[in-house]
This record gives sequence, C-alpha cells and structure tokens, in this order.
Amino acid sequence: MRPKFFLFLTALLAGFVTSLSFAKVESTSANFETQTITLALTQEPPQLNSMKATDQVSSLILGHVMEGLLSYDRRGRLIPGVAEKWEFDASGGTFWLRKDAKWSDGKPVTADDFLFAWQTALKPETASEYSFIFYSIENAEAINQGDKPAEALGVTVIDDYTLKVKFGSPIGYFDKLAAYTTFFPVRRDFFESRAGRYGADAKDLLYNGPFRLTAWTHSASLKMVKNEHYWDKDNITLNAINADYITEDSRSRLNLYIDGKIVHTRLDGETYKDALTQRQRIRSFTTGSVFYLEYNFRDGRVTRNLNLRKAIQHVFEPEEFVNKVLATPGNLPGRSLFPVWLGGVEDKFRREYKAKEAKIDVSLAREYLQKAIQELGVKKIPPLVLLAGNSPTSAKQAEYMQGVLKEKLNIDVKIDVQTFKQRLAKMTSGDFDIVAAGWGPDFDDIMTFGDLFASWNLNNRGRYNNPEYDRLVRIGMTSTDPQTRMDAMGKLQDILYEEAVILPQYEQGVIYLMHPKLKGVVRRVVGADPDFRRARVVK
Amino acid sequence: MLAYTIKRLLAGVITVWFIATATFIAMHSVPGDPLMNDKAVTEEIRKNLEVKYGLDKSKPEQYFIFMKNMLAGDFGISFTQQNRKVNDIIRDHFPVSATLGLLAVFFAAIGGIVWGALTALYRNRLPDIIIMFLVILGISVPSFVFAALGQLSLVKINQLLGASVIPVAGWGTFAHMLVPSLVLGLGTMALLTRLMRSSMLEIVNEDYIKTAKAKGLSPLRIFFKHQLRNAILPVLTVLGPQIAAITTGGFVVELVFAIPGLGRYFVQAVQQLDYTVIMGTTVFYGAFLVFMVILVDIIYGFVDPRVRLQ
Repeated sequence: MRPKFFLFLTALLAGFVTSLSFAKVESTSANFETQTITLALTQEPPQLNSMKATDQVSSLILGHVMEGLLSYDRRGRLIPGVAEKWEFDASGGTFWLRKDAKWSDGKPVTADDFLFAWQTALKPETASEYSFIFYSIENAEAINQGDKPAEALGVTVIDDYTLKVKFGSPIGYFDKLAAYTTFFPVRRDFFESRAGRYGADAKDLLYNGPFRLTAWTHSASLKMVKNEHYWDKDNITLNAINADYITEDSRSRLNLYIDGKIVHTRLDGETYKDALTQRQRIRSFTTGSVFYLEYNFRDGRVTRNLNLRKAIQHVFEPEEFVNKVLATPGNLPGRSLFPVWLGGVEDKFRREYKAKEAKIDVSLAREYLQKAIQELGVKKIPPLVLLAGNSPTSAKQAEYMQGVLKEKLNIDVKIDVQTFKQRLAKMTSGDFDIVAAGWGPDFDDIMTFGDLFASWNLNNRGRYNNPEYDRLVRIGMTSTDPQTRMDAMGKLQDILYEEAVILPQYEQGVIYLMHPKLKGVVRRVVGADPDFRRARVVK
Repeated sequence: MLAYTIKRLLAGVITVWFIATATFIAMHSVPGDPLMNDKAVTEEIRKNLEVKYGLDKSKPEQYFIFMKNMLAGDFGISFTQQNRKVNDIIRDHFPVSATLGLLAVFFAAIGGIVWGALTALYRNRLPDIIIMFLVILGISVPSFVFAALGQLSLVKINQLLGASVIPVAGWGTFAHMLVPSLVLGLGTMALLTRLMRSSMLEIVNEDYIKTAKAKGLSPLRIFFKHQLRNAILPVLTVLGPQIAAITTGGFVVELVFAIPGLGRYFVQAVQQLDYTVIMGTTVFYGAFLVFMVILVDIIYGFVDPRVRLQ
C-alpha cells in the first residue's frame, strides 16, 4: 500500500512539474567544433577483457576500442576488419590480415595476437563463459574441457599476416562468429605484463580499434579518444566519446538528456510518457531479442502434455500482448523463435519460411484442454507455476498470462516472482512449469537461436528433447549449403509450432532519444550497440 | 575513562565479528547461485570458476578462510567486477559516499537545530505548525521521491535559465554535491528538528531558565547561552549513528544522481549475490557504525560531565 501511494505521489508531482514547460536548454553533449560527444552508461562494465566479456556495456565499449578480423557495416553486413580478405571451405578457412593494422602503442597487429587470444579464452583456467563460440575449431572443445593443451587448437599462423583455421566439423557461418568480441586479438607480451589485471583499468588494455580508452573512473566515467594508430582513422570523425555518467535509473538519464548533457538515452514505459510531454523526438529500434514462455518437459510435469500446450497456444494473442501489455512502440508480436531480422537464403528467413500462426479459437483450445485432462487422468489441470523476473514489467506480463489462462481455460496460474540469480537457479534446477524467458543474438546467423532447444544445450532449461529437432540443428550447424541449412531451420520452426515447445510472446523493441545533430549512429542487433564509430556531429 | 573506552572497543570488536558471521550465514542461505549468468556454462567452466572464488570448498572451510583473510584486511576479489579487489572498491567509492554523507549531515544538523529551535520558540503558533508539517513530510516521504523531484526541479530551473547552471547528475564539483546531499540529509534534518524541538521545550521550564529570565538577561542571550547549549546534547547523541547511516545509506540518491558511491555497490552486491562484495561492504559499514556509536559515547563523556561520573 505505502510504496504504491508514494509512487503515485511521485508520478503526480512529477507530472505537475513536467507539465510546466520552459525553453529548451542548449545542449552541450555534442560539440561540432571538437567533434566530441557525451554519453551515459547504464552500468559499469564488469571488466574489459574481450576473452571474458559477456554483457552489453562491455561489448559496447570493446566494440569501439577493439577490432576483430571482421566487422559490420552500417547495414549489418560483414566487412573487413583487421582481416583484408578471407576464404572458407568445408574443412577450414584462411584470413589475410592487413599490414597497416596497429595496436595503440604503434606495433602491428599480427596473426599471433589472434591465436593467443583464442587459446587463452579456451584454457579452462580462464573460465570464459563464451568459450563455446570457438567449438567449431578443431580441438577447441577438448582444450576447453582440459583434455588437450591449448597448443592443440586447429589454428596455424602461416606468417605474421596469415591465419589458417581448421574446423573440427564443417560450419557454414564461421565468418559471422569471427566478428564476435571473444574473437578479438590480445597481444601476449602485454597480457603477460599485466599479471592477471588485463582489462581491469584503462592502462591495463591495449587497443586496436578506432578509439582508445584514456581514463576509466570506476562507476563514474570512461573516456575514449580517437586512436591515431587505427588503420582507418581518416574515416573516423569523432575525436572523443565521453561516458561521463553511469546510472541504471532511466528517469535520471532522461533528465540528463533534457538538460543537454548526453546524446542518447533509452526510454522505458514510464519515461516514454515524460519524453512525449517534453515533445522529444522518439525513435524506436528492434533489438533482435525474442521473448517467449518456455515449458518444463521434465518427468512429472503436466506441461509435458502436448494438448495442454496446444490449448494455451490457441488462446494467447501476441498482438494484444504487444499492444496492451507492453504498450510501448517498437515491439513486434512474437510468432517464432526466429526474429524477423535473421537472414535466410536470399531474403530474410521469415519471408522465405513463414511462421505458422495459431488461430485464436477458445472452443478449439477447450477441446485440446479436455484431451489433456483425459490423458493426464486428472479432474482439472493443477495450478501451473509461472516463474517470472522481479521487474514491474515482468510482473505485469505474468499477470496478463494468469488472467488469460484463467478466463479462457479456467487454468490457475501461480506466479513465482524471483530476483535474477534466484530465477536462474530455479530455471536450471527445473523448479517451474512455465518460465518467462528470452534470448538475445550473439552473432548474425540463425544458429544463434536455432540450437537453443537442442537436447545438449544447457540453455534449454525445460529439457525439451526431440531427436528430430537435434538432427535439424546438426544440419544447421554443419552444412555449408545455405539452402540445406535454411530448409532445416524452416522445418525446425514448424516443429516448434506443432509441438508448441515455446510460446513466442514478442520481439523486443526499444525506444530512445538521440541528439538530432549527431549523425551516423548505427543501432545493431549484434555487436556494439549503439555504434558511434562512424558518427559525426553536424552543425 | 580509559577502562571504559577499552571495554567499549572490545565489545565493538565482538559486535563486528558477530555481524560478519551472521552475514556470512545469511548470505549463503539465500537461494540462488552467484556464478550463474544469463547464458549457461559447461560443468568444466563452472568448476574453474568455483576454484577461482574458493566455492569448491566446504562452507566451514570458506568461513575460516574468509575470517583469516578479513583479519589480514583482505576481502578478496569481486564476483561481478572480476578484476577488482573488494578493498579497492571500498577505497575508491567510500570517500565519495562519505563526502556526500558528511555534507548531508552538515545540512541536516544546521537545518535541524535552526528549525527545531524556531518551532520551540514559536510553539503552537503558525511557524511551528508549518515547520512541523514539513517535518512529518520529511520523515514519512522516502528519499527516492525527494531525489526524483530534486532532480526534476534542477532540470526545470536550468530550462528557466536557458542554460545548464546546476548539474542535474554526475560527480566532481561542489555544484554536483549540493542537491544530492540536501536530499540525502532531509530525513535526518526532519528527525533532528523534532528532537531539537522536544528537547528545547523541556528546557524552557527548567529552573535555570527562569533564573536567567529573573536576572533580566536578554531573550537572545538566554536562547543561545542557556537553552540551545543544553538542548543540543540529545542531538549530538543521534548524530553519530546518523553520520554512519547517511554515509552508507545513499543508494537511491547515488543511483538517481549518478554518483559513484559505495551505497550502490552495497545494494547491487546483494541483488547480484556478489559474495565478496556483500561481505566486504557489510563488515566495513558494520565496523564503521559500531565505531561511530562508541566515538559518540566517548565524546559525550567530554561534553557532559554527568556521564563521566558514572
């Protein structure tokens, strides 16, 4: 009662003060003369060691100060990074490195630096959470499990500027992996000189990207300036990017934006309304993440029953969910595990392989439910436990599902709200019937989603197990023919629907404000987002 | 006095040990796993992480290792800030919280004493009623409301002036500290006002005030020399623990005003089950609080001769 009252009070007072409108404050966040911009980060990067980074803020910073073999252009297509050209066949690939790529101390970036980074990331003692991303390279998995020495990795340095990779099994999307953060180079002598503190502070990192970090005051600010040793520095316009504020509070960031202190801020359901009253130009962008309900397939769970899942599938309306529950622009109704932006053979995957949509049909759903009740041999479906996160939005989403299932199917749902770590613990131990989950892409290939429900995937928290699904995933992973791969994924998409393995809810969109005089900022579904590398301040 | 001080310090050490032990047990009883992240990791990687953080050992063993390291003044490495020592986190961020907190206490003390004295002087008249209304507001409205409103007012003031005169968030200059410390000190200010008021009213009827009046002293002199000086004692008592509470309890204010203080680590560590940071910050804050209480007790002995006699 009390917190709600105070929230109401805040909203009321904030609404009143916001409604007073004054002249706009001249923005100092984007300076044309000096080509300098100022940002706010949502949190402090845990560390900036590319071999171990897992979170978005680290990937944002690393994406600006480091560069991998390959990079992405403004439309998300692969372009040369440190590698000038590359070539693949079924057994492996070769990267030819440019000779003018340099570290921030002026020394050249060589093939050794990549080999060293990949080997180190794979060593068991590094305990890198993203080491799995190397597994297509010969012996990578064995090294990671501690069964083979790091030197056994199927990567050969032909000379300083030629790197040869041997696959353990064929893979059709290694180029896309090679653009990922964990593949960034690390120079051995520098790494060793930091004695375990690599990436801990601005001085503990060597840079090969368009910018370099000059100062990092923990929890307060990070300063990036243009790297004069970067091979393509002539095409970098910004001289400095200052992340002067670090706060998770979105209202605080909106205030900073309105006060002209930062060039960009992401909005949420609350701040969206304030930004509207302030007559700010609101932009939206699809993050590429998909959110869905995952069922528990462990023995003894009623959600193992196909007809029960089918019944739920036929009463849930993603459009209504997006419009009424999420109620902010930018979100798309969830129709498939595969989001709309993923590429297929020629066009977008979802255009080539249409996702089947369940018709909303309550009487059909009730028929399914009756069958489920008979098969389960119960009088009524026992209350289902819906595991959800503890943010206000997750609670709202869970309550909506609770309402739908009660109203349409008379199924009781118990919502189990848990904090992040507790929710993960329960997801892993299988202490749920349904869990609200989501997945964000790591790399620009359909397999970043496709293998999620393979029987061996540790992120398959509901332990869904289907040999046919596994077989299709293997085709997707090992075939090098785009048509074969996409056909397999098309079938896999059908299985996900027919078997109602998950209940897709929405593809996440974000709304944000961006300084009108800052041009060339790229929003990305994979890699550093927002990407300010090629941005410029106009007059 | 010396024996008293030593006795208090010993009791303090035991209290801190108890805090550390209780926190350790409570922390390990919380369901959830500090090593778990969005993406699941293989058994092998997990084992390596456990070894790195010493979680592969039994709970009693972990406890003894922790105690041993704590006595050596080492709290270990943070789970979330994977390259930072907890000691460094405390050293880097406590001064920020402390600066903010001391400024807040300064505002709170000045405000509390002035408002409290005023309400007592104008007892049951309009100034008293207005101030007491504000005091109740200050005590009952949580700081995140004031923080949000304070920041919004800054935005509006800047808009009115047409330029960003007072920074709305961030840290570095005195201008950055002004509004956050005021907001942080509001609750304490309200508390002190109430305390000051009741303590002043108690004293008004004391014999020595009557004597002073009878002697024909000016009201101003009575107020400063006799009333204020005597009424301030209870305020001093609560000020000690309040300093500790304020310099540590600024989580919301630090978040809203993007201030790199320790309060954020203190709260976020619990949310993220960052074992080493939870232990480090809790023990540090616990020890700090205990120390402040003892310090106030000792100072009290100097200020009020009656305490010394006991």
